[in-house]
Amino acid sequence: MSAVIDNPGHADHAHGPAKGLMRWVLTTNHKDIGTLYLWFSFCMFLLGGSFAMVIRAELFQPGLQIVEPAFFNQMTTMHGLVMVFGAVMPAFVGLANWMIPLMIGAPDMALPRMNNFSFWLLPAAFLLLVSTLFSPGGGPNFGWTFYAPLSTTYAPESVTFFIFAIHLMGISSIMGAINVVATILNLRAPGMTLMKMPLFVWTWLITAFLLIAVMPVLAGCVTMMLMDIHFGTSFFSAAGGGDPVLFQHVFWFFGHPEVYIMILPAFGAVSSIIPAFSRKPLFGYTSMVYATASIAFLSFIVWAHHMFVVGIPLVGELFFMYATMLIAVPTGVKVFNWVSTMWQGSLTFETPMLFAVAFVILFTIGGFSGLMLAIAPADFQYQDTYFVVAHFHYVLVPGAIFGIFASAYYWLPKWTGHMYDETLGKLHFWLSFVGMNMAFFPMHFVGLAGMPRRVPDYNLQFADFNMISSIGAFTFGATQIFFLFIVIKTIRGGPPAPAKPWDGADGLEWSVPSPAPYHTFTTPPELEPAVEHASERS
Amino acid sequence: MNSSRPLRRLVSRLLLLVVLMFAFGFALVPLYTVMCKAFGINGKTGDQYQGSQVIDESRKVRVQFLSTNSADMVWGFYPKAQELDVHPGAVNQMLFVAQNPTDKPMTAQAVPSISPGTAAVYFHKTECFCFTQQVLQPGERIEMPVRFIVDRALPEDVKHLTLAYTLFDITARQPPTVHVAKNGG
Repeated sequence: MSAVIDNPGHADHAHGPAKGLMRWVLTTNHKDIGTLYLWFSFCMFLLGGSFAMVIRAELFQPGLQIVEPAFFNQMTTMHGLVMVFGAVMPAFVGLANWMIPLMIGAPDMALPRMNNFSFWLLPAAFLLLVSTLFSPGGGPNFGWTFYAPLSTTYAPESVTFFIFAIHLMGISSIMGAINVVATILNLRAPGMTLMKMPLFVWTWLITAFLLIAVMPVLAGCVTMMLMDIHFGTSFFSAAGGGDPVLFQHVFWFFGHPEVYIMILPAFGAVSSIIPAFSRKPLFGYTSMVYATASIAFLSFIVWAHHMFVVGIPLVGELFFMYATMLIAVPTGVKVFNWVSTMWQGSLTFETPMLFAVAFVILFTIGGFSGLMLAIAPADFQYQDTYFVVAHFHYVLVPGAIFGIFASAYYWLPKWTGHMYDETLGKLHFWLSFVGMNMAFFPMHFVGLAGMPRRVPDYNLQFADFNMISSIGAFTFGATQIFFLFIVIKTIRGGPPAPAKPWDGADGLEWSVPSPAPYHTFTTPPELEPAVEHASERS
Repeated sequence: MNSSRPLRRLVSRLLLLVVLMFAFGFALVPLYTVMCKAFGINGKTGDQYQGSQVIDESRKVRVQFLSTNSADMVWGFYPKAQELDVHPGAVNQMLFVAQNPTDKPMTAQAVPSISPGTAAVYFHKTECFCFTQQVLQPGERIEMPVRFIVDRALPEDVKHLTLAYTLFDITARQPPTVHVAKNGG
């Protein structure tokens, strides 16, 4: 490590973090902020997971046993909101903070103070959101999609807190996204051209643009709700000349890109992990970049496939149906590339690879049920059934969440300086894999048989499948406490990790020691040819 | 390190994009209304129709009338007949009855909707109580007319139209004035 050049106030070597609690409050270090994001998202993952446990406990048997229907509705709503905005999105921002500067040879994020602010908005936002559960009338109970007029005319009093919480989350995400774009476009090490960047950086660049484009629309949407509720406007109220269907258009204009915001960074992480454990360069690097960009573009013109039953004209149904199916093409390119990367590779199945391979297989299953839902006439039957729940949990749990687990195990040695316990990691994987499939696969069947989503009680014919789902969900939930144990064990000790613990791994992040020093790349690294992607070979 | 010019330019452009997209969210509102009007979707009917048409005696369309009260609306509200068989091009009239059973003056707004939604552009109202608000004194009962023309260009396969009104209580937003309720208009 060479001396600090642009920091004349500090003598001759990189200084360490400040001491005490204020280190975390005032930090502008990308690694500290990444760590904060990751811990925060894990806390939210457990919180949202505990809401899911309440849901599954109630659905263990038909009939009403444990919670009131009104509270059940708050649980489904809060589970969705906390998982989407609190667990998945901050986890990816955390990974971006930690890894993007290391991957492109930058000393830090481009806007470190804004970075600190965008993190600390999140605890405030979720405190506001979760506090509504204790307010008279209860918390949000209108589903995470908060359709008007359920969320306006018929909403509980606490809806205003919900709106402000969404505003704060939106500001946080937008600032995080601006930071990512600025870092990637301005702080790359000399020689790190765009087409040499690791795919995780590419997918995050595209995700950041999606965030910048759609989070303001979500902010506009909740602002309209706020105005309808408190200032007498009628954006979504038919009595004043508005239209509730308009709400769904505005919401899903945000909502569909949002689902890609939650999956694209996972695509990028898996595109680093699979080549590492296949000991082969990624197959089709260039096509991966273009496929990601196409998915991002298409995500803006398919939103009404969430609304096939609201009465859009036939031409609209056909357009949104075919546009949606078109997304299967770039996604298929990606799956093809991952499989081709593994083809004839020297595969080993350490925990990150197990999660990554499961990601490819199970995400594809979720993609196929998505294709079924894209067929407009079929969607008339599937709409609002458990089939939809099965679909989006198959893309989010083994998609986004497994992508995050794979990333965590892959980079834990770099973060902590210790190797995690491989046996425990594998146990975590297999318990998660079995639990997750047991929880969500039966939902396909009950959904096709007509069980509606967001109900606390159901017909007797769905009883057995629901019991299996609940057992699977409890298994999956409990397993994540085990993950917490594994991570803490790794932080506290374990075999010391070398700078590059995975022999097939590729990228600048492995050129710094493990654990990564508090300051890295204060002088830009020299790019060796080995770091470059051998993409043209494929 | 952070004050380099390219960085500042990039960040201000990104912030501009954020502002533009926030504005775009609101621009969706008029855009949606225009699209619905242009394509006649969502069953939204147009404003008052000024033209007149030649009657097409060769064809008959059945128009069904529905009335619904929104939640919390207590008025009696119903059409005087369930349905009418009409010729395209002809001016027809139907009366709707509204009655305020409470002991307070109230204001109501009716919002029309046509099914199938794609036929909304072929349904012209030359006069409708939905163009204005109704103020009813305690116990007052009125008959409100809607006059309409089914367009001659209505596609052949549409043989049945439903005109549905939902009545909303907007007393809180537009407190009833003392003057006498205006019938129809």
